[in-house]
Amino acid sequence: MSSLPPYAGPLERSWFYAYRTICAAIFVFLIAPIFVIIPLSFNELPYFTFTPEMLSLDPAGYSTKWYEEFFAEQSWRDAVGNSFFIAIFATLMSTSVGTVAALGLSSPAMPFRSAVMAILISPMIVPLIISAAGMFFFYTRIGLASTHLGVILAHAALGTPFVVITVTATLVGFDQSLVRASASLGANPTRTFFKVIVPLILPGVISGGLFAFITSFDEVVVVLFVGSVEQRTIPWKMFSGIREEIRPTILAVATLLVMISMLLLTMLELLRRRNERLRGLSPG
Amino acid sequence: MAQAEITGDTMRTADGVPLKLALERALFRSRLRAVMLVLPLFAFLLVTFVLPIFDMLFRSVEDQIVADILPRTVVAIEAWDETSGDLPGEPVFEAIVKDMAEGRKNKTLGRVARRLNYEVSGAASLFRKSGRKAPKITQGPYREKLLKIDKRWKNLDLWNLIKREKGDFTASFFLAAADMQYQPDGSIGMRPENRQIYVHLFGRTLWLSGLITVLCLLLAYPVSYLLATLPLRSGNLLMILVLLPFWTSLLVRTTSWIALLQTQGVINSFLVGIGLIDDGDRLQLIHNQFGTIVAMTHILLPFMILPLYSVMKTIPPSYMRAARSLGATPFTAFVKVYMPNTVAGVGAGGILVFILAIGYYITPALVGGRTGTLISNFIASFISGSTQNWGLAAALGVMLLAIVLALYFLYDKIVGIDNMKLG
Amino acid sequence: MKRLLGSTSLALVAAFAMTASAQAVDLTFVSWGGAYTASQQKAYHDPYMAANPDVKIINDDSSAEGLAKLRAQVEAGNVTWDLVDMVAADAITACEEGLVEEFDPDELLAMAPDNTPASKDFIPGSLNPGDTNCYIPLIVYSTTFGFRTDMVGGTAPTTIADVFDLKKYPGKRALEKKPIGNIEWALIADGVPGEKVYEVMDTPEGIDRAFARLDTIKDSVIWWTKGAQPPQLLADGEVVMASAYNGRLFSAIAEKNQPIGMLWDWQVFDLDGWVIPKGTKNLAEVKKYLKFGTDTQRLADQAKFISYGPARASSAPLVGNHAELGIDMKPHMPTDPNNAKTTLNFDYVWWADHRAELDERFNAWLAK
Repeated sequence: MSSLPPYAGPLERSWFYAYRTICAAIFVFLIAPIFVIIPLSFNELPYFTFTPEMLSLDPAGYSTKWYEEFFAEQSWRDAVGNSFFIAIFATLMSTSVGTVAALGLSSPAMPFRSAVMAILISPMIVPLIISAAGMFFFYTRIGLASTHLGVILAHAALGTPFVVITVTATLVGFDQSLVRASASLGANPTRTFFKVIVPLILPGVISGGLFAFITSFDEVVVVLFVGSVEQRTIPWKMFSGIREEIRPTILAVATLLVMISMLLLTMLELLRRRNERLRGLSPG
Repeated sequence: MAQAEITGDTMRTADGVPLKLALERALFRSRLRAVMLVLPLFAFLLVTFVLPIFDMLFRSVEDQIVADILPRTVVAIEAWDETSGDLPGEPVFEAIVKDMAEGRKNKTLGRVARRLNYEVSGAASLFRKSGRKAPKITQGPYREKLLKIDKRWKNLDLWNLIKREKGDFTASFFLAAADMQYQPDGSIGMRPENRQIYVHLFGRTLWLSGLITVLCLLLAYPVSYLLATLPLRSGNLLMILVLLPFWTSLLVRTTSWIALLQTQGVINSFLVGIGLIDDGDRLQLIHNQFGTIVAMTHILLPFMILPLYSVMKTIPPSYMRAARSLGATPFTAFVKVYMPNTVAGVGAGGILVFILAIGYYITPALVGGRTGTLISNFIASFISGSTQNWGLAAALGVMLLAIVLALYFLYDKIVGIDNMKLG
Repeated sequence: MKRLLGSTSLALVAAFAMTASAQAVDLTFVSWGGAYTASQQKAYHDPYMAANPDVKIINDDSSAEGLAKLRAQVEAGNVTWDLVDMVAADAITACEEGLVEEFDPDELLAMAPDNTPASKDFIPGSLNPGDTNCYIPLIVYSTTFGFRTDMVGGTAPTTIADVFDLKKYPGKRALEKKPIGNIEWALIADGVPGEKVYEVMDTPEGIDRAFARLDTIKDSVIWWTKGAQPPQLLADGEVVMASAYNGRLFSAIAEKNQPIGMLWDWQVFDLDGWVIPKGTKNLAEVKKYLKFGTDTQRLADQAKFISYGPARASSAPLVGNHAELGIDMKPHMPTDPNNAKTTLNFDYVWWADHRAELDERFNAWLAK
């Protein structure tokens, strides 16, 4: 269906174009909501819709004041700081433990492999409100509630499944004889790990890390329950902003977040291409 | 690894260890190594994730308040025959007067009052009022004096409740979560119609999740097919249109839908602008079920496209060509040959979207309004909202988690967790 | 289960407790956020911190979850808060469950300038709601109605019955998503005299009657959960009228110049104030702060920033003009005689008894 064969009849021909139109509409549904907020965030007036001035492309209808407000407000700056601080440490934590575990899981000798795997993946599956409620009570009891460390640990737990999945995926088809070859050439296990295993699994580790990062960076339910105002992150500010006073500042923040996700996506895409090139799969 | 030589009738390694034993040892070592590698994460998740959840869910059955705060009463009430239709005797009243006096002194009476008030309305003020006067009752007749303070002590439902909840565990929260309650005769029955809500809510959650899953499938199928059949380069380019929403913050996407759908939002303004609707009767597209369905379908759509795509990618185009050359119409070829090959992808995507949908909290909280909120929103409000009932929240959580885990199990059986793919 | 978990976690607690700095005193005060916390910051915290440079007051805007989080902290034996702002009904519950400190107001709180002891100076009964001794009331606020002056077709609504009259005032309304208040208003709109409301609510028929009345406007209601929502809904023109806290409406009208009018008929009075969490690590510091923060001048000062009435009689004459706008605040106070012709006081005891049952019924009603 990717192109029309020359022998296609009129019915098939019209169906082909109808199909293409349907797909285009679905793509618009997917992407339009994300792009619509970008122009709206430059609205001069505090409305969530296009003003007549904006539609006539009158420069007076546009302004950067919501961005100025965002950068001027201390609580937003704190939120940005908290978001990055928490996400970075949660990513480091989940990526390191997750990668090591993936190495173990990929070994054919691992007992109860699928059961263990099911448990390790469960943070991705359990409804967030249940995780958040459990952590709220438990972390309050052990003194981790309302601390950065508590939120970091919680987010690290939520991020590990992504690391486990991506790293085990890169280890599928990993040739164990490479390890033996390295050993027989005199490398000790540490050297083998850094010189042989790491380069091979690195793309998986990085993309797992990116997933873990975005999981923490976007997460709001757990922060709301486990954190307090000192741990207020960007999604927290957005959530309470939407629920309480919905201002176009939120659209400015949303636009900046879209930029960040584009950046992450680009990184991931480059990583994927590099990977495919190395394996000789892609035309480049 | 080690060289083997034949010595007598058993194979031995160069060190003289029987080969079987050496192999077992090697296997044991590699097992141990694998386990040791997995152990840190396992322990980490156990402490930060699994234990907290079990601990919380335990609140759905654990209930020691009555036994802790009314210790004398629960002992004395053993002797009371609840089927007799009579009030408990003097010893029970003496016990509760003493328990109340002590509970008031320790500032714990409010807890038991709140617990009992979940099931017998009025228990809160009854305990408050009687608790205040209890320290002054130092001698009998206790029953007479207590009944003089408040005649609601004649309420047999209250005494039944105390006797029933004297243990460390309770079924009350699960009954409440199933819209049931104990009847005066001790049997279990449904709540009055105007207080039944959770079964309805679970039904709504499942129905909306199912609907969203079906909508995702309907939208994902043609798009995934297109992506899978296009040449690699243009396919990858279009894939970005799927991955960008996937990587964009949930709150950003929810915000977009608010901007689009609200009464003064983009869509309504557009419709008013082109004269399709009057400024006076703008459409209510948000803060209702419609808002939840649209926003969640959009948010979960990539989770359907990605597994479908990866399955479709593996179906050789020659299948369809073969069917066509054997005389099938394009439609028949597609339905009879192509679609059966995509069942695994449909199953993987469908279960994944359904699992994610039934636990959704943020989006329904922001756009769901009165008719579009899900069970998660109620669990959240029972934990930290204006009326707290942690036991009930835990019971609802257990039920929700049971559904999710059953589906997860199904997913594992059908797809295999190993085959879960991301991006 | 709990005990087991408790002991295994002790080591962790010890490790993280060390990180708290010992140099200066950090006090964590929990309040409602937004304009309300800002008014407390300007009226109480800033002057206190200026006089006591070693004290740092941190605002935690968690009052909406105040009771839940406090309960969890006390249950866990790990209290990190020092003062919590609560409405009276929650303070009663917290006090009866032993979550907060009891005190003698004359010992804890400052005297009025004329040496009247605190217990005589605060609004009668406000220090002891529901016969508890844990509450430090700061303000009287009211939940009342605001309406869009440009959307009511020339005649402003004047009675609570107008809220329930879709013929006279078509369009959406915003109401708070809980039964408290709405049940009372529905009955008054249905013709029950204000003084008899709780009597009627004591009968099952009365409750049915209230729900029947609410049924008539159910499809035209947007339900709000946070105090900031209704002024926003009014400002956006999403609703014609909305129940809201009077201070929020004031700031929309006076500070943001929105076309909003006040409908004070059967406004519901309530109190808001501090409780001291049991187990706070800074009890002595908190007491020192309270002596300063709740004196006559401080309470009057708060009214310069937000239109809530001070809970001390001696503060009332000191209420003057808005600190930034310069307008006289007295006519905007819910307690002003012109606004308080018909008022309702929450019956906390009644609601404590029926809350669980009616919340369930209300939620069931909403969901269908």
